[in-house]
Formats: sequence, C-alpha cells, structure tokens
Amino acid sequence: MALTMKGDFTDNLGKIYGIYVGGFAAFVVLMAVLAQLGVPDRFILWSYMAATIAIYAFIGIMSRTAQVSEYYVAGRSVPAVYNGMATGADWMSGASFVGMAGTLFVLGYDGLAFVLGWTGGYVLVAVLLAPYLRKFGAYTVPDFLGTRYGGNPARLVGIIVLFACSFTYITAQVYASGIIASQFLGIDFEWAVFAGLAGILVCSMLGGMKAVTWTQVAQYIVLIVAYLLPAIWMSTVQFGIPIPQLTYGGALSQIAEYEAILGVVKSHVVPFQTYSPMDYFFLIFCLMVGTASLPHILMRFFTTPTVREARKSVGWSLFFIFLLYFTAPAYAAFSKMNLMSLFAGAEGNLLAYSAIPQWMINWGSIAGHQLVTICGVKAETVAAIQAACEAKGFAAGFPYAELRLNNDMIVLSTPSIAGMPIWVVGLVGAGGFAAALSTADGLLLAIANALSHDVYYKMIDPKADSKRRLMVSKILLVVVALAAAFLARTKPSDILSMVSWAFSIAAAGLFAPLVLGVWWKRTTNIGGIAGMAAGFLVTMYYLIGNVYGFDLVKGTGDEISWFGVQSISSGIFGVPVAFIVTYVVSMITPAPSEEMQDFVDRLRLPKGGNMMVQTH
Amino acid sequence: MSDKLPREVAEAHWGKTRNLMIVTLTIWAIFSFFIHMFVTALNNVVILGFPLGFYMAAQGSLIIFVVLIFWFSHRQNAIDEEFGVAED
Repeated sequence: MALTMKGDFTDNLGKIYGIYVGGFAAFVVLMAVLAQLGVPDRFILWSYMAATIAIYAFIGIMSRTAQVSEYYVAGRSVPAVYNGMATGADWMSGASFVGMAGTLFVLGYDGLAFVLGWTGGYVLVAVLLAPYLRKFGAYTVPDFLGTRYGGNPARLVGIIVLFACSFTYITAQVYASGIIASQFLGIDFEWAVFAGLAGILVCSMLGGMKAVTWTQVAQYIVLIVAYLLPAIWMSTVQFGIPIPQLTYGGALSQIAEYEAILGVVKSHVVPFQTYSPMDYFFLIFCLMVGTASLPHILMRFFTTPTVREARKSVGWSLFFIFLLYFTAPAYAAFSKMNLMSLFAGAEGNLLAYSAIPQWMINWGSIAGHQLVTICGVKAETVAAIQAACEAKGFAAGFPYAELRLNNDMIVLSTPSIAGMPIWVVGLVGAGGFAAALSTADGLLLAIANALSHDVYYKMIDPKADSKRRLMVSKILLVVVALAAAFLARTKPSDILSMVSWAFSIAAAGLFAPLVLGVWWKRTTNIGGIAGMAAGFLVTMYYLIGNVYGFDLVKGTGDEISWFGVQSISSGIFGVPVAFIVTYVVSMITPAPSEEMQDFVDRLRLPKGGNMMVQTH
Repeated sequence: MSDKLPREVAEAHWGKTRNLMIVTLTIWAIFSFFIHMFVTALNNVVILGFPLGFYMAAQGSLIIFVVLIFWFSHRQNAIDEEFGVAED
C-alpha cells in the first residue's frame, strides 16, 4: 500500500478500514450522482459488482502469504473486534441476507426459529468450546479431534463429518451467489455460478486464512450497510424515525389491521401456524448446536492472539451478527405492510390490472425461476395475469391471497418495491453478493485446510515441506470450488433447506466429541470415535431417508418419518445418540492414559501459551 | 509445562469455571426455549405495537445473548485471574 505506515498491518487496522469505509461511502455517493445524471441502470448495477469484487481481490492479493501459520490461522494476530466482524461475514451467508427476511415475511412468527437458532448458538461457542480450542492451538478442527482421541482414525472420521456439512453448505452459497449475479448482471444462471466462483477464489487462494480474514471484514461492512440502509429508509418514510428496529411495532399493528380488512387467516404475529411447537423448538435446538459445531466458524476463533481475546471475540461476533438479525424482522414487517397497502387501499380490496406495479412484472418474468406468481401463473405480462385471474372469477382485479412471492426475492426486490432509487438497489445486490462470497470463502478454506493439513500432511506425507503443503492446499481449494459449482448448477434444493441440513449434520457429528473432549476427562479414544460416527450416521440416515427415501428419488413414497420430525431438524436424533454412545463406550473401555488426562487439565488453563507447537 | 499448578488449585479453578458454565447455560436455555413456550400468553401484552411474545423471539432474547456472552467472558476472566492462571 502506498500509505506511509509505521508498524505492520495489524497496528494500522483502524486507519486502513477507516479509509476503506470512506472510499466505500464516496463510491455510493458517486453512484447516486451518476443515477441523477441519467446514467443507465445497468451500468450502475455492473459498477457495484465490479467495484466490490475488485476491492476484495485487491485485499486478497495484498495479503498473499507463503507462511504456514499465516495461511492457516492468519498468524494468530486478529484482534477480537475485527475477528468478530470477520466471523459475522463468515456466518451470514447468502441464506441469511437474501432468504431470512423473506422467510419471516412468509412465515411470520414461525420464521423466528431461524433468528433465535442462528444467534443463541454463540453462547455455546463462547462457554463450551472457543477458549479451549484456541488454547490447544490447532490449525483445524480434525487436528483437535485427532490429538484428543488418539490419532488418525478420529482425525479421519472428523474429516468425513466436516466434509459432509461444509460441502452441503458451500453448494448452497455458490448457488446463492449465482442467483444474485444472474439477476443483477442479467447473465445466465449457469454462467453466473462461475462468475461467483471467480469472486470466491481470488480472496482465498493467495492468502488463505489471512486474506480471507481481511476480505471478510471488508465484506461485513458492505453487507451490513446494504442491509440496514433500506430498512432505515422505510422506517424514516413511514414513521419519521430512522430506527427500524424500534418503529416496526407500528408496522406490525398496521399489518394486523390489513389482515382484518383483507381477510388473511394466517396472522403475522400468531405462533405455530406453519410449524408445530415441536418443529419450532427442535429447529432452534438443531441450529444452535450446529452453530457450535460448524468447523468454518470454530476455526475463526483459532486466529485471535490469546484465549481471553477468543472469548471476547465470540461476544463481538454475536454483536455484529445481531445487527443484521434484529433488523430482519423489521425488514419483513415493512415490506409486508407496503405490499398489503396496495390491496387494502384499493376498491373491493382488489388490485386492478391497470395498477399492477412494474416490479411485479420485472421480477415475475425472470426466466427459470417462479419469483412472482399471480392467480397460479408466472407474472410475465399483465394480459397473462388478467386471463388467469378472470378464469378464476376476478373481473376487476385480483385479491392479496392470489399473490405469491418467492422467499428469496423479498430482500433483493424491496428497494424497488418501496420505490427506492437504483443506487440503493445496486447496493443491496452488492451486499447479498458479499454475504454469499464471504461464507463460501470460509467454508472453502475449512474444507481445503482439512484435506491439505489433516489428510495430506498428517496422514499421507508428514515430511512435506511448507511450500509443498501450501501448494497442495491451493490446488485442493480450486478442485473443491469447482465441484461445488458443478453441483450448484443442478439447482439441487432451496437455499434455506440445504443450509439447515448442514447444521444438523455438523451438530450430530461434531458437538458431542468436541464438548466431551474438553469437559469430560473420562472420554476415551474409542468412545469419542464411536459417538462421532453414530451421531453422524443416524442423522445422515434420517436426512436421506426423509428427503429421498432409499431409492434416492424424491416423492416415491418410501420416505421415512420418525415422530413427524422434519428433515431440517434431523440433528435432533443424532445429537443425543452421539452423547449416549460416547458415554456408554467410554465407560466400558479403559480410562484414558495419565498423559491424556494431563493434556485435558492443561487445556483448561489459559496460561502457558499454545499447547500444540506447529512445525513449519 | 514448567510451572505445573498444584492439583487443589487446578480443581478449585475448574470447579468455579464449571459453575459459571452451568449458570450461563441455564440463562441461555431460559431465553432460547423456556420463555418462548409462553408466547401466546405473552402476545396479549402489547408495547409500542410489539406483542411481547413476538418481541422476545425477534429481539429480546437476542439482546440477552449478546450481553450474556460479554458478561460470561468478564466473569471467566476474573476467575482465571483469581487463580493466577490468566495469560500475562
């Protein structure tokens, strides 16, 4: 960087990101001015994408590294606050950014299971795991499992679970980035997937964890601004107070009035209309325990300088995540109120065909997706809508009940629905893209690191020098990314379900062995491995059996269902099984060696530096 | 480890750590699950347009979680310092 700086990068973080925020604000203002001057919309949207990807690539290139500890754990020099921001970006995926408010819009109260489930898990991370894993000083999660449970068999089972959950998750992220790129750039989904992939790779390939950390901080800033701005805008327009999280109580009351006028049966604030109470609480449980087991999140806490910072950093992470999650219900409420007002104000509560807003047609006519459906048809032209609705007996217009919006379009389309200018629309697109990219980067790194560090270095070739290890890691990164992109092109399922499966798989396979490894000295090698395998297999069995049945084809009638539990909560079986199997097997096998007991004792004391001295 | 802690000190430290864990996770469980079981009753209380049951799931519990983690790390740090096992 051309700036004159004393000390190294980490001493100047405040200055560097201060300049970055200023530059970003100036760029947004420039876009607003250009939009005023009549520059075409398409140009503005492309500029947002190009400028943000360029800055991530710049940071990625600036932080390239050939040092092993920088590549795997960012040199353990990331201060708590910045690690919190990076974790926030790592955590908030395309699903949170694009899908969450949409889910709340459609499900109302029941959708809050995601809001609760995706925040409360951090308490488990802070109390049960992060400080101890940091103290241990591993590079990867399987590294810890391998050391605690006697070597390669445990390491291997850990890698299999990690691979299963992270790969499911990354496919969803590549898919989300493809959808966003295809809608904002107007290119084919199939090509957009690869455009997204290129954005992901430039950040992670050159500099590993170090580059990903500093791009994630930059991505967090983009995504949080992009999320908050439209919500603040709507709150100010509606209630004159720019704090949407406070004012949306008014929107909720307004929605209740509209619901009465429009005869909507499913009230926004009334619980348990889509999920049963059992579904609701099981889902919260699985998401929370999954949070505390996902390797790409746990490894973020390996990068802090001390154990004390690791704990504090969990608090900061949740704070930064909270900023988005407590805005999501407001976002949903304002969007819903705006949309309902179109109908409640109209004659006979029907929206006249001549009054159909342009955004419905724009979003409805996107090829390959059913984003807006009216009277059962894809909303492509006014004539088509009118024909379908008249066939249903609506002569003057159509009622609210006949309008269906896809969950995944709510956030991206709200700026245009609420009549915000194009520079806000482009900003929201850039934010969604940042969210999907940053999570994909973290996941990709978790998978590639486990394969290169644990499989290649620890199991296949322990004599490999650091240059060779990093080379292997970078090649694997590209291979895994390409594999995810090819799977994403088949459009396997909706984003939110795929993400929820990843949580259940991680919870079932990893939570028990990680927690018991620290908190119960008596856990034996065989007990840990057996518990991990049992939890993972039970959940995978239920997940595949429930979604596809055992002929691996959906909807053929051989699907299984235990107590009516949904596939997104399948971790509810695996987590207790893992704990019980670990306990029983540990009790019938001989107690761990004196050495291992000492090892756990030292793990519990912050003092004394890293336990695992990494060779370079 | 050069300066190994006497067994009693290590055990006392771990005892306090475990108690803090139990207290923290109890509060966590109350705000993750327990209070949301009464959502229908809480929804009858409306403040600034927010039905209370909805508010707790959308915002209230989240605020508690954030504060809880900072409180926990402060308390744990105090315990570590009390037994002289904090980092320098």
